[in-house]
Amino acid sequence: MSGLATASARWLARASAAAARLGAGEAPAAGALRRAGLEAFGALGLPGTKLEEWRYTNLAPLAALDWQLPSERVHPIERETLEALASPVFACGLLVFANGRFVPELSTLRSPEVEVTSLAAARRSGDARALPRVGTLVDVKLHPFAALAAACLDDGVCIRLPAGAKLEQPLHIVFLSLDEGAPVASHPRVWIEAGRGSVAVVVQDHVSLGGGPAFTNAVTELHVGPGAQLTHVLLQRESTASFHVSNTTAQLERDARLATHAISLGGRLVRNDLLLLLAGEGAEAVLNGLFLCTGERLVDNHTFVDHAVPRCTSRQLYKGVLAGRSRGVFRGRVLVRPDAQHSDAKQSNPNLLLGDGAEIDAKPQLEIRADDVKCSHGSAIGRVDENALFYLRARGIDEAAGRALLVRGFAAEVLAALPEPALAEALADTFAELLEKP
Amino acid sequence: MKEAILEIEGLEAEAGGKHILRGIDLVLRAGEVHALMGPNGSGKSTLAGALAGRPGIAITAGKVHYRGEDLLALEPEERARRGVFLAFQYPVEIPGVSNNYFLKSALNAVRAHRGEEPLDAMEFLSVVREKAALVEVPKDLLARSVNEGFSGGEKKRNEVLQMLLLEPTLAVLDETDSGLDIDALRIVANGVNALRGEQRAMLVITHYQRLLDYIVPDQVHVLTEGRIVKSGGKELALELEERGYSWLEQEPPRSEASAR
Repeated sequence: MSGLATASARWLARASAAAARLGAGEAPAAGALRRAGLEAFGALGLPGTKLEEWRYTNLAPLAALDWQLPSERVHPIERETLEALASPVFACGLLVFANGRFVPELSTLRSPEVEVTSLAAARRSGDARALPRVGTLVDVKLHPFAALAAACLDDGVCIRLPAGAKLEQPLHIVFLSLDEGAPVASHPRVWIEAGRGSVAVVVQDHVSLGGGPAFTNAVTELHVGPGAQLTHVLLQRESTASFHVSNTTAQLERDARLATHAISLGGRLVRNDLLLLLAGEGAEAVLNGLFLCTGERLVDNHTFVDHAVPRCTSRQLYKGVLAGRSRGVFRGRVLVRPDAQHSDAKQSNPNLLLGDGAEIDAKPQLEIRADDVKCSHGSAIGRVDENALFYLRARGIDEAAGRALLVRGFAAEVLAALPEPALAEALADTFAELLEKP
Repeated sequence: MKEAILEIEGLEAEAGGKHILRGIDLVLRAGEVHALMGPNGSGKSTLAGALAGRPGIAITAGKVHYRGEDLLALEPEERARRGVFLAFQYPVEIPGVSNNYFLKSALNAVRAHRGEEPLDAMEFLSVVREKAALVEVPKDLLARSVNEGFSGGEKKRNEVLQMLLLEPTLAVLDETDSGLDIDALRIVANGVNALRGEQRAMLVITHYQRLLDYIVPDQVHVLTEGRIVKSGGKELALELEERGYSWLEQEPPRSEASAR
């Protein structure tokens, strides 16, 4: 524990010191958010495994490194590299971030339907539309990493879809981790406000370009307005030297629809918190997740769906594939509040264990406080179906290829639900490559 | 004499801790179709599984040669690539893997072993469409996950489609007729007959005589309690249909017909 306490004190000192630099000339709303973050992180610190929420995820490896906030250095990024990353998504806009900072030269936006501002610009200009909303959905008093991100408030993106706006193609946000000599920690924020009846797909894509240690602590807030339809894809395809903690908090208004897809294919230690508040009647949430753990990696997914009002629907499918000596955690909490009659919640978490040394701690959790609801949940841990493997081998497919095919098949259900078929295919290939050469 | 495709000598095997095959002798030559009949639990599927290399079947005695090679020393995929094909009694569902992708992977694995170039997507499509038409497998079954949600008949037709694609030298059909209505049976039999040829041998395992109206065998063998107790021509199947299997249990094992 002392390791975590020491690291917490160090991070707090760094964030306080940086506040003077980062906060210079920023609007009061940004300063208030930063101060709230500093205060909350000071009180919470890095969470230890004694806390139920962090029981299976030991942060010691993260705390052991001496993380620096990103420098002001401009990173040369090859356009070809970027194109290769961007190609599976046929996007109406590409927003590029390097170590959490917006790179306007590499970013493009072809849709006039959407308003996009960098958070750094909004902080300075005091953007009255976006800035006061940033930080209002996530509760920094409950989430130490969200508190840290607020304390280190720097850059990110504010996306606003006006009422009725319809994006024909996805908006692709690429967060690149680049080496800076020392371990670098970035705290990018994404704020998306989908106005009444708007429709959009946003892909939040985290990629490593360097192989050095990087820590991404992302905070995403999604406000889905009445009747709006938002699809949010979180892609984590970072190197095995990367740490990634993400908090995605969403609020759905009346008849809103939100589909989230969390695809975790990279990183040494990944922790995702996804918190959905179904705040308006008739709201509908789809939560899809796929995580692949190989080698000694750890991926921890915590989801929380709060059925706060009547007649909302949630559909959750998280699949884990664990190989080598990896660890997986899934904790899915569904709360149906006393007033939320006619709630319809389904949760399913099948996991596939490939190695004898791999482990998964799965804990679905339904808390139902209303009496007229339809709720179900289930978690399963299985191995490759030997009968299916024999079937493939009996057709000439060798054992290794057969196993890979079966695992790919297991993942396909989640990938097939992605809004872009080309992206699904590219991710299925990455998935297969990672399994072959972790 | 034609080439011996399959030679089984004194084969004994255990499965699930039980002694199931108790000494099987059987020779299939190129161009021949043999039917293997017998009551439930007689060891028919165990024999089929032993030939394909199904895990969980322990060979305790005897030998199996496939075109002169020790078949039992080969992994299941090596057997398949050399031309041994088992049509499964219970084809396995594989969620998330498209039938097309599966068929192409299988065909290209077998082609690679034969020293042939892999087929690309377009070439594969034209081959698979032609074969699928023969066994009336519609396009949507090719696009769907392997066997997932297929009806019994569709699964069996899909097995025969795989056989037509892979063009095996030795095909073992394990109760491919069970659960089929007469139309499906005719389709399956057409597929099998399309593949019959001078260079191939087939072992058709069935519970019922009616399949043999469509696939006329050169020889019929009766398996009871892990042994072939009688062999004969196609008329033996009719006799079995009439008299059942019980009369054979009084006969001495093996008849003169098997020595042909």
